[in-house]
Amino acid sequence: MEDLLRDLSPQVLGILVRRGADFAAAEDAVQEALVEAVRRWPDELPAEPKGWLVTVAWRRFLDVRRSDVARQRRELAQVEEPPPGPTEDRDDTLLLLFLCCHPTLTPASAVALTLRAVGGLTTRQIAEAYLVPEATMAQRISRAKRTIGDVEVGTPGDLSTVLKVLYLIFNEGYTGEVDLAAEAIRLTRQLAGSSEEPEVAGLLALMLLHHARRAARFTADCTLVPLAEQDRSRWDEHAIAEGVVVLQAALARDRLGEYQAQAAIAALHADARSTAETDWPQVLEWYDELVRLTDSPVVALNRAVAVGEVDGPLAGLRAVEQVPLDVPRRTAVRAYLHERAGDRSTAHDLYVAAADQATSTAERDHLTRQAARLHD
Amino acid sequence: MAKYLLLKHYRGGPDRTDYGNIPMSDWTPEEVSDHIAFMNHVADDLRERGEYVDGQALSPDGTFVRYDGPGRPPVTDGPFAETKDLIAGWMVIDVDSVDRAHEAAAYLSSAPGKGGEPIQEWIEVRPFLEEPKFVTD
Repeated sequence: MEDLLRDLSPQVLGILVRRGADFAAAEDAVQEALVEAVRRWPDELPAEPKGWLVTVAWRRFLDVRRSDVARQRRELAQVEEPPPGPTEDRDDTLLLLFLCCHPTLTPASAVALTLRAVGGLTTRQIAEAYLVPEATMAQRISRAKRTIGDVEVGTPGDLSTVLKVLYLIFNEGYTGEVDLAAEAIRLTRQLAGSSEEPEVAGLLALMLLHHARRAARFTADCTLVPLAEQDRSRWDEHAIAEGVVVLQAALARDRLGEYQAQAAIAALHADARSTAETDWPQVLEWYDELVRLTDSPVVALNRAVAVGEVDGPLAGLRAVEQVPLDVPRRTAVRAYLHERAGDRSTAHDLYVAAADQATSTAERDHLTRQAARLHD
Repeated sequence: MAKYLLLKHYRGGPDRTDYGNIPMSDWTPEEVSDHIAFMNHVADDLRERGEYVDGQALSPDGTFVRYDGPGRPPVTDGPFAETKDLIAGWMVIDVDSVDRAHEAAAYLSSAPGKGGEPIQEWIEVRPFLEEPKFVTD
């Protein structure tokens, strides 16, 4: 029943918002309806759970409205009659997702609001996942609600912003009791179920293919294991297989985008039994494609690694020269390529410098060990 | 979002302004109260923006401590009467950009001191090392 309620609550919220309820009031009403459901459904599950929740939530919303004496009767009449429009069969989760990922919100606000309103996580769970106090997260969410309170419902959202927010959530991995990567996959899967846009499928494939490698990315004591050294028998074959199928279907629609291209690279890695057996020329081709699509310096740096595998470390180093100095991990890539080229001393010094520039402890410790390994 | 530590350096750091050099003991009680009220206001403002993580003021009575070998008591040193680089307190914020972190630090540094003038205390802004991002390779 918990899963059912978690699936239904964003849909019910979406319906209320579309009927004209403001976001915060609608959310309160849905919460009350959920409480009511938890109390009553164990005895008798309604034939149409979603309809039941909409009815109860809408009644609650109207009760609150009526008790608000400051409201004019005219306004009341307006909300009691839902405006004519499409039927409520369409997926209102989608409408809610576009609202929560509205471009007027900062990425952090959109992430928090999406997890709360669409993901159905509690504020405490979100606060724990992002390592901030619950009060801070509550404030972030309520500010976000105020911001989108002015947004006209039904105005088309921006799909690329939605995908960016989902990708941000995925990339956070997990720190609290909630697995944000799995949550991002769940939400992206929902979106993919009701969108024909190949980039949605591309993002889902990308997530699945990266998620498949998760168990192999860290040792039991949380040491980062680079791709080349991962125990590939620990990769999740089912997730890889699903990712590949989703990706192939997306690519078949022949509208390439950056998520599809990234997923294609992830699929090539997932397909190989070792780095030596990886189809690097094809990886490089996809990076060339990505450079055309995004013009991102981070992509240019990753492309340099692929160049190093295809044409040798010196060619890779020449490619790195084209990458701006401030791109994260640029020094680490240079260290790796210098080591491959046989220059241990330079590689050592660069690994030391790269460790100083690392943005995570796992990465810093990994680079420090690399430096120590090359110490004479 | 990224977390930053804002270290309040009191009278330490690079060049100090004239106002910043007047020790708190030379302020009036009202000026001290105004200063503290401003600090609370900064924290409240950060809370309201959903950016506040933590913060504490520190006693100046610090002691240096280190290990001195097995079975031996810890070695201690200090306290030092005149510590130039005294950390008076710290705050942790979770913000959208490094620019926003600098803005918040500058606001903290605008706290009133003697005569109600901003003391322009140096705030050291240090990024936290994060959890490694999922997609790095």
